[in-house]
Amino acid sequence: MNLNIDVKQPEERYSVMTLVGEVDAFTAPKLKEELLPLTQAEEAVVEVDLAAVNYMDSTGLGIFISALKSAKEYGATLKLTHMQERVYRLFKITGLTEIIDIDTSVKEGGS
Amino acid sequence: MSTLRLDLENYRDLLEEYVRTKDERALYQAEQFSKQSMQQNISPEEIINIHLRSLQEIYPEMPQLILDSFDFLMETMMSYGLAYQEFQSLREKQLELKSEIAVAANMQKTLLSTVKPEMEGLDIGAMSVPSKQMNGDYHHFVMDDEGSLGVAVADVIGKGVPAALCMSMIKYAMDSFPELRMDPKYILGSLNRVVERNVDSNMFITMMYGMYNTEDHTFSYSSAGHEPGFYYSKARDEFEEFSAPGLVLGVSEDSMYEQRQKQVEKGDMIVLLTDGVTECRKGDEFIEQEEILEVIRDNKDLPSQEIVENVYKYFERLQDFQLRDDFTLIVLKRDV
Repeated sequence: MNLNIDVKQPEERYSVMTLVGEVDAFTAPKLKEELLPLTQAEEAVVEVDLAAVNYMDSTGLGIFISALKSAKEYGATLKLTHMQERVYRLFKITGLTEIIDIDTSVKEGGS
Repeated sequence: MSTLRLDLENYRDLLEEYVRTKDERALYQAEQFSKQSMQQNISPEEIINIHLRSLQEIYPEMPQLILDSFDFLMETMMSYGLAYQEFQSLREKQLELKSEIAVAANMQKTLLSTVKPEMEGLDIGAMSVPSKQMNGDYHHFVMDDEGSLGVAVADVIGKGVPAALCMSMIKYAMDSFPELRMDPKYILGSLNRVVERNVDSNMFITMMYGMYNTEDHTFSYSSAGHEPGFYYSKARDEFEEFSAPGLVLGVSEDSMYEQRQKQVEKGDMIVLLTDGVTECRKGDEFIEQEEILEVIRDNKDLPSQEIVENVYKYFERLQDFQLRDDFTLIVLKRDV
């Protein structure tokens, strides 16, 4: 399965990344390449929309941890939005829901 | 086709036969010819050359124009010939790498080996199967003087060689803890600091650490973001998930771990696993947790080692089964 990555920058220092597909060992490197630079800007806000991500494995999780660490370093903010339940379970088990800003509301207009 | 010879004469005969009869059999022989040519490192240009010479022998009257066109074709095929040579040398290199990784995997196996202890009153089964050559899962048993069993199950995120190397570090950190008898929450706390300081930021480790006390049959455990375990109560003939809150190792320097405890009755089982077990798939479908627990329940009266082996065998028998992640399963059963 593939992962489509779309990045929009409605304002300076504010990016919205929309992911469609699966985040796993095969797609994670591409995600890392795109996501990390976004978090490496002073006080940037990075939102990752996961409404259309139905599967994530632990490698994918690793990318978000790296992104979180790098965001912290630069004083940037990382937010994960519209996370599906199956994926949320993974963040919950690993304790990451305590340290990452996650919103699980279902996206308007269906997933 | 051992009788097939890679020479001009043979090629010519085959070609002639095919052109005359359009017989499938000759085509099949051509395929064999191509396979053998590959094995003997014969380049595409050479085959074209053989083809050309065969044609000349079969049709001595062939117009010069067609003969010339073969020079052109041969030139066009040159790059394929080179690519083929490169492929050959890459294949040799790959074999070399493969054997080096095999050596490393073997070394890792020795480094990380843990002895499954024989204990009075507790029947232990454990199995770990890597999805690739190097195992990113780790399990470890340690017994203290007072007859308590420490058990760790861990999964390094990030796969392959780096993950395996990272695991060796964890093992040595664990071996170096001064006191044998320590609470799971402190063990995880110390390991977290080791990992946080030493490991690359996108690698992290989940671990469940448990301590089984054989005197009062209590099981204390803490979890660092690890897949929940399952507790089987014989009296109720039911499984329940168990876990304790805690962040994965290596993310935050000052993580604290909560410790919980269970009273284990005779016939009860503690099932510890990694997500390679719960994320098994058949084809594109996930195997449901209930299905795994059902297999354990069906085998519950067998010795623990047979239980874990039967679960793996059950998976293996499923159609389209593929191990996507390393698979580790441990069963502790109180038997007196």
